[in-house]
Formats: sequence, structure tokens, C-alpha cells
Amino acid sequence: MTSEYLDASNPVTRLVQEFHKLPGIGPKTAQRLTYYLIRIPEDEARSLAESILAVKDRIILCSECYNITENNPCLLCTDSNRDNKKICVVEEALDVLALERTHSFGGLYHVLHGSISPMNGIGPEDLKIAGLLERLKVRAIEEIILATNPNLEGEATAMYIHRLVEPLNITVTRPARGLPMGGDLEYADELTLSRAIEGRQVF
Amino acid sequence: MARIRTYKTQAVVLKQIPLGEADRIITLCTPNMGLIRAIAKGVRRPKSKLRGHIELLNHISISLNRGRNLDIVSEAESINSFGNLRKNLKRLSIAFYVAEIVLGFSAEESPSTVLYRLLLTALSALEVTDQLELIARYCEIGALSGSGYKPELHSCVDCRSILEPSDHVFSYLKGGILCPSCHNDYGEKLIPVSLNAMKLMRFMQKETLLSTAGLNVSRKLLNEVGQTNRRYIRFIMEKELKTTKFMDLVSNTSPQVK
Repeated sequence: MTSEYLDASNPVTRLVQEFHKLPGIGPKTAQRLTYYLIRIPEDEARSLAESILAVKDRIILCSECYNITENNPCLLCTDSNRDNKKICVVEEALDVLALERTHSFGGLYHVLHGSISPMNGIGPEDLKIAGLLERLKVRAIEEIILATNPNLEGEATAMYIHRLVEPLNITVTRPARGLPMGGDLEYADELTLSRAIEGRQVF
Repeated sequence: MARIRTYKTQAVVLKQIPLGEADRIITLCTPNMGLIRAIAKGVRRPKSKLRGHIELLNHISISLNRGRNLDIVSEAESINSFGNLRKNLKRLSIAFYVAEIVLGFSAEESPSTVLYRLLLTALSALEVTDQLELIARYCEIGALSGSGYKPELHSCVDCRSILEPSDHVFSYLKGGILCPSCHNDYGEKLIPVSLNAMKLMRFMQKETLLSTAGLNVSRKLLNEVGQTNRRYIRFIMEKELKTTKFMDLVSNTSPQVK
């Protein structure tokens, strides 16, 4: 009986193995998910399977901003209500979602798909920087916001892009850095704290 | 050694890799414990107290709890975050390079105070001086010497005869200079080294980083020493360093769009 479960062609074993490949899922979680799926109604299972396929079939990278999208160019790039003189550069497509949730930025985006990380062998040529420069040349962009992550690698990426963009006479900005909501002053590191003091605003 | 549950040390953060939902595995270079790999929990969340302190290339004071496999960071506070270094791409690219060399030559649980000191002085120096290339060269020589690969530059590595003051060849297979009567035995794997390059390398072997940074050295000579060191390091590590490409890119590109 055990041999049946160890056989790789057994659908249960196969599904467990597939789940196990996903990030953050260990062998036990994979088994739990599989046994849960065995019990759910067929239409739910079908809808799950179809949505996985749909993601693979229909989702592409926007040729303008490299965001993940169903339409090319994506809805954000084609939306006439958005300010097409500002580009916000982010590391990941998830960052676009995070910024959109705030409703405080109405411009265009550019997704780099990573950050410069020399220690891990990721250089500028592995990111979508060439596409950004192309956009800056063709379109009348007035401001570029370098919203890469506020860590060393994000900082290096921002500095590198800034260097390339400098001769183009475009305003280059970085989001303010300071204390997070719900944070504790005493636990803040010196860099954050000094930036927060430098960038203080009239109450 | 008795197993103490918590321990404290100073360290420089050399590497970070994401783990699970919000954790990171960080690699620390410490003065008395060699490399330590530890788990920093929850540091990818914005409210994390540790987050800013364990940033890459920070000099920190840290306390860790012994874990079953990897130790777990309990508290950390930055001592120096080398703010100036982070504002300049060229300085930063060399700092990454120095960090990779130190990481490459260090081993877990094999303390090397020399490498730790080298890293710290180099990071501080990279913040202020403009002799960035010299510092990179000094770190190459320093890391080689500090980990048992000190290039032999005074006498022939084969016959031990004292070298004449002239141009010679460096054998990275033997880790030093070969005299003219010996170098025929080795054929390939030799790098020509000028007398001036040898002098500069000897100087770096015995002097401090501070006095090295005061030298005035031509670009050509720096390049020569750099090439020799790099080939020797590549031979020892048996791999291409990852940070060199970015360093070369940053130092060569003029701030213009191609």
C-alpha cells in the first residue's frame, strides 16, 4: 500500500510534489493542501486549475513599463487620466500595487524586476534599465521618481539610474525616508533617524 | 566549549538572503568567531526594529541566540553605517568588492581578526579618501596575506634565491615571483610583473592602509597590480568574483547615456 503512495505517477503524489516546488511550502504543507483539494467540490478545483493556466496564458509584461498585465500596453500606461509626465521606477510589480493602494501617485510606472546586487552577481544589465532610458528619450518626461527599496541594493540601483539620467535634464527624486507608522523612535537606526530629522516638515 | 545560549559580538554584515515570508539569513564577519550565518526574523516588515541596523555593510553590535541549526538575531544596533559610502556609487562598488574578497577568504567558525580589521579599516577609508583604487589593491594584498596566501615577492618561490631588482614573472600556481632561471620550468600560468609593481605590492604587504592611501601611484601601475592580484585571487577561489563586473562598469562609464 505504501508503494502506491510513493509512485511518482500517482496523482496524489504528483500534486504533493508540485506544491512542494512552490516558495515557502514544505512537505507537510504540500500534503495538507493536497488532501484538502481532494475533498473540495469539482467546480472549485476546476476554477483553481483554470486560473493557474490563465495566469500563464494571458499574463505578459507590458512593453512600456514592464509591469505584469493582460493587455499590452497595460491599463496604467494607456489610462489618459494619468499624469504621463512622471515616471515612478520600482523594483517589483508588487511595488506598483503597494503604491496604487495609497492613491497618492497618479503618474506612470516602470518596473525594473530586481535591483543591482553585485554580491549576488546581479548587475544593471539584468534589469529593465535600457527600456526605461528608451522611454525617457521618446516621451516628454519631466520627473522620474526612483522608488527602489531603501536598502543598500536599492540605493545602488537608484544611484546608477540617476547617473544615466542626469544628462537628460529630468528632475530626479527619491521618496522621503523616515519613521514608519507605529514605529518606535528609540529603535530607529541612525540613518533613518537622521534622514527623518533632515526632512522634517512644518506641523 | 560550553554552550552559552546567548552571545554578543561586533560584526560587519556581508550578505543577506531572503528566507520565508519576512525573514533573512545574514552573513556576518566577526573578529573572534569568523563568519556567522544567522537568521534575522521579520526584518522585511516595515515595522521591524532590527531592519535598519542589519543593513548590508553596517558595522554593528549584535546579540544572538543559539539555534538548532542557524543562530537567531535577538538584538542589533549599528555602530557605524558608513553613510558617506552609501551616497557614492563608485565608493560603494569598491566596498562591495572588498566585502566579497573578505567573504571569500573567511570561513565559518574560523576566526580571522586580520580580515575583520581589514574590512573595517577599508570601509572607513572608502568613506573619506579619494584613493579608491589603491584601497582596493591594498585589500586584495591584505586579504591574501591575512589568509595564508601572501605572495612571495622577495625571493624566488622555487630556488629561494634573492630576486634581482628588475622586472620578473609571478606564478599564481606557486604564489610568488620566480627568478629568471626558474621560470622556464613553469611555462604557462605566469604573469609578467614590473619592478615598480613588485615594489608597490611589497609596500602594501608591510605598511598600513593609511600610509598606502597617501601614496601617489600612476593609473597604469594600479591596473598592473590589480590584474595580477585578480588573477591570483581567481586562481585561489577557483571562481570569478561577482562584484568585479559592476566595479569595472561604474569606474569606466562616464555619466552619459550611450
